[in-house]
Amino acid sequence: MKIARHWRDRVPRYRLEGQRHRHTGEVRFPPQPPALDEDPNDWEPYQLSGRGEIYSFSVLRQTPEGFASFGVYPVALVRLEEGPLVTAQLTDCDESELTIGMPVEMVTRRLMDTGEDGVLVYGYKFRPRLS
Amino acid sequence: MSNVYIAGMGATAVGEHYQRSLADLASEAARTALMNVPSIAPHHIGALYVGSAFSEELYGQSQLGAYLASMLGLSPSIPALRVEAAGASGALALYQAVQAVQHGLPVALVIGVEKVTDHLEDEIEAAQAMATDSNEEALHGVTLTAQWAMLMRRYMYEYGYSADAFAPFPINAHANGAKNPLALYRFPIDASKYRKAAQIASPINMLDCSTLADGAAALLIVNENLARELDGVRIRIAGAAVATDHPALHRRRNPLDLSAARASAHIALGRAHLGVGDVDVWELTDPHGIAATLALEAIGCYETGTAPRHAAEGAITPGGKTPIATAGGYKARGDVGGATGIYQVIEIAQQLRGQAGATQVTNARVGFAQSLGGIGTTAVSHVLIRES
Repeated sequence: MKIARHWRDRVPRYRLEGQRHRHTGEVRFPPQPPALDEDPNDWEPYQLSGRGEIYSFSVLRQTPEGFASFGVYPVALVRLEEGPLVTAQLTDCDESELTIGMPVEMVTRRLMDTGEDGVLVYGYKFRPRLS
Repeated sequence: MSNVYIAGMGATAVGEHYQRSLADLASEAARTALMNVPSIAPHHIGALYVGSAFSEELYGQSQLGAYLASMLGLSPSIPALRVEAAGASGALALYQAVQAVQHGLPVALVIGVEKVTDHLEDEIEAAQAMATDSNEEALHGVTLTAQWAMLMRRYMYEYGYSADAFAPFPINAHANGAKNPLALYRFPIDASKYRKAAQIASPINMLDCSTLADGAAALLIVNENLARELDGVRIRIAGAAVATDHPALHRRRNPLDLSAARASAHIALGRAHLGVGDVDVWELTDPHGIAATLALEAIGCYETGTAPRHAAEGAITPGGKTPIATAGGYKARGDVGGATGIYQVIEIAQQLRGQAGATQVTNARVGFAQSLGGIGTTAVSHVLIRES
């Protein structure tokens, strides 16, 4: 991971900050540039709660380069309370307890192996909700 | 606009070609494509379109157009270019060639080529994951298989299936692949083996998971005037279309709906003045049963939530209502990355020529091939018709 590339996405990745449409109230995450037919001023920054539930998940036993230190790990699509789906790893959980619909909350964790450049890539993951 | 025909085709075996380079594989496929068309010589080729998904990441070679034009000895003054759309690269290269021939080019050569097995599995997984949204998905350790797996689990949840319900897809693929001399895996499997297979990305297991391998396939595409000079049945590319979807699954309104697969199929069939019910034989992107399921439903062959039931009743076998993977599909023929789309079209053309051997679909006249890049992020569809 290149430092600049990780730094550029620090706001959504560390804080789970998305965007809300000023008129329709639609919330989207991660943030993105305005579509060609949209007014760029219509989307404002919006802090998500970090709470949601599992839409679906998979436990990976054949993993990509850059993730060896995680061994076998679960990934999920999480439906956030505010509406958007988000893709992330699950953490602090047993494979056997995972179900669709399980309430989860965002935590900040290391996302990938520390590569040759030594960049520590932290960001959002989700764990079973504690409260 | 000219009608567009397939004049010649060739493919290498799919496999781990340790002793052969990317150029060796492309050369064999292209030579075979030209071999049975004596009226067309290499100097007649007016453009070269190459489809490859991984040539930079797993082979360290860019400019495959110029690279292969050089290796094949094509004229240096024709356009030679490479097209990339992950697994749909080859099909998209064909789409470009079809456009060119429709608009006046007499002869185009299309090559799909992939040389990946010099790399370890984790490197291949990472290269394939580049077809996701790299910031929002691959960065989180998600692979394409994991994404199909999440769709499969959600599908099982919404429609009440067990993982076993997806076994008919790899069983059909292996039954057909066993009869294809070019297939990667030439052995049958059964439901009991499927149940015992180890998990790759739950709930997808090893026997429901395709393997990426080396191979090349080539098509010689010609206009109507040249096609009329050829012997035998003519295979016309009657419709072609491309559609796209959000690379990030989480940006899709309904992740179980492969909307690009549907759009490209309907546009391609519309251009051929045909409907779903007119198609006799299908090639789909079927690395896992869930992928075939979602494609069959998106295209409109079956109602949402029902494709596994139809598969269990034999609908996807060569004698069924919607035969798929008659050469083994992604699972048994092998996933040849960006070359797969050309292998698919070759199988459809063989079927329409009545040369598909043991998996021949009786009286196949209309065939359909669809290639997906990523999880239906790019969808390229081609409709082929046999002209007598």
